[in-house]
Amino acid sequence: MSEDFRPEEVLIGAIATALDGLRHVAVGASSPIPGAAALLARSRSNGSLRVSILGSEENNFFTDGGKELFDVAGQGRIDAFFLSGAQIDGQANVNLVAVGDYRKPKARFPGSFGSGYLYFAVPRVILFRLEHTPRTLVEKVDFISAPGFSDDNVFRPGGPYKLITDRCLFHVDKQRRCFRLESVHPGHTVEEIHEQTGFSFDLPDGAVPTTPIPNAADLATIRGPVAEEIAEIYPAFAARVFGVGKAA
Amino acid sequence: MLAAQLSVDALAARIPDGAKVAVPPDYSYCAMAAVRALIRRGARDLHLVGVPTFGFQGDMLIGAGCVGTVETSAVTLGEHGLAPRFTKAIKDGAIRMMDATCPAVHAALQASEKGIPFIPLRGLIGSDILANRKDWKVGNNPFAEGDDPIVFLPALKPDVALFHAPMADRFGNVWVGVRRELMLMAHASADAYVTVEKIVDTNLMDDPKTKAGTIPGLYVSAVAEAEKGAWPLGIPYGYAADQDHLARYAEDARTDEGFQAWLDRFVFAPPAQAAE
Repeated sequence: MSEDFRPEEVLIGAIATALDGLRHVAVGASSPIPGAAALLARSRSNGSLRVSILGSEENNFFTDGGKELFDVAGQGRIDAFFLSGAQIDGQANVNLVAVGDYRKPKARFPGSFGSGYLYFAVPRVILFRLEHTPRTLVEKVDFISAPGFSDDNVFRPGGPYKLITDRCLFHVDKQRRCFRLESVHPGHTVEEIHEQTGFSFDLPDGAVPTTPIPNAADLATIRGPVAEEIAEIYPAFAARVFGVGKAA
Repeated sequence: MLAAQLSVDALAARIPDGAKVAVPPDYSYCAMAAVRALIRRGARDLHLVGVPTFGFQGDMLIGAGCVGTVETSAVTLGEHGLAPRFTKAIKDGAIRMMDATCPAVHAALQASEKGIPFIPLRGLIGSDILANRKDWKVGNNPFAEGDDPIVFLPALKPDVALFHAPMADRFGNVWVGVRRELMLMAHASADAYVTVEKIVDTNLMDDPKTKAGTIPGLYVSAVAEAEKGAWPLGIPYGYAADQDHLARYAEDARTDEGFQAWLDRFVFAPPAQAAE
């Protein structure tokens, strides 16, 4: 493949690679790209990966009400989950609540949802943020919905694994408790990442790789069965990106 | 014993000012007709608990001045964006906010369900959610050999669980199928007030297929029949949400004037018009 790909497809491919080999991936609400990535990873797994998508009727296996996802995560039955944030900082703290003073905020967002729990419980939490600017990737968040790291005495099988944005992919260095630039998406540069990131991060040894474009087989899967299936939950996204079905 | 069968307005009238009211998220079964009735009766100072989040119903109640305290893991209109009346109330300092995380709401309701005073929950340590919840405590796992901090949540017992359901029978048994968070809400609350699409003549307990997804009348204080009672939301496997109306609400509610006009037309107008 040459230039014939969409930016969303690079993100879907990169996330799917971070999910390969797992048993169960759960995807929260309002997450079309992570959802598509999970479905691609499932397709590549020959059926060994289970994907649970909240808000879906076809890909939701829970029968014990809203609490079951969290119970399942608490038991270690979910290997990967996705979190976003109005702000994410260099210590992988996530803020889904407010900018400014919590009691008198400049901006207020919906709230923490399950982050204050799932970030502790799920081994591979993939942080996902499409707006990569100094406004969103900050040195220190204004409110910690969920901390990136915890003291050694805190029971915590889970935590951050990758941070993917519209510009690049970061890996999480659990020893150094910071991000390391893993790859830069096609069309973006390391200089741009430095300019647009509000926190400092490590660089890999040698040149920074470019995030791979999915191969022809993966692109066909993404544009075919994955696009069809994701349209059940995200019709507007599927129509805009893949031209599938009709816009909601 | 037969559960009380009321009109939607009479059911809403049973929810007193200041009550702690548990409501489900938009993807569950929401009693929207009863929410409009609460607004019409001028309810005040409600303590609204999102199980574990809420959406349009809470935004409407907040905008109409019915709410004093919000206890929830999120307030969201989903693909329709931020909840405008909630956001404004927070910025104005008009409501008391108790931010939570989803499983904390579920767990605290389970404590109430079991009649125990508190329940432990993993996670939360080091978060500003915990830092701002003075009613939550950090203790040590009493079974651990050494240091193992864990959060203790006091039981959460709402005065009222308010939700919608596809059907009830004349004995007050309410079928919610797979939406078992509604069952948890009913178990944990002092009173469950439920609107339903229809009241059937059979007993939902007679068939194991319906019995498994049925809340026993034991927990249900009153039922009101309200066809399309979740409108403008939908009900899963029932009818779809009215996306045009939801989009219109999200737009109208961005301003005080727009929200008031929406209230006048769709809440205070005669029901025949409001249900168009």
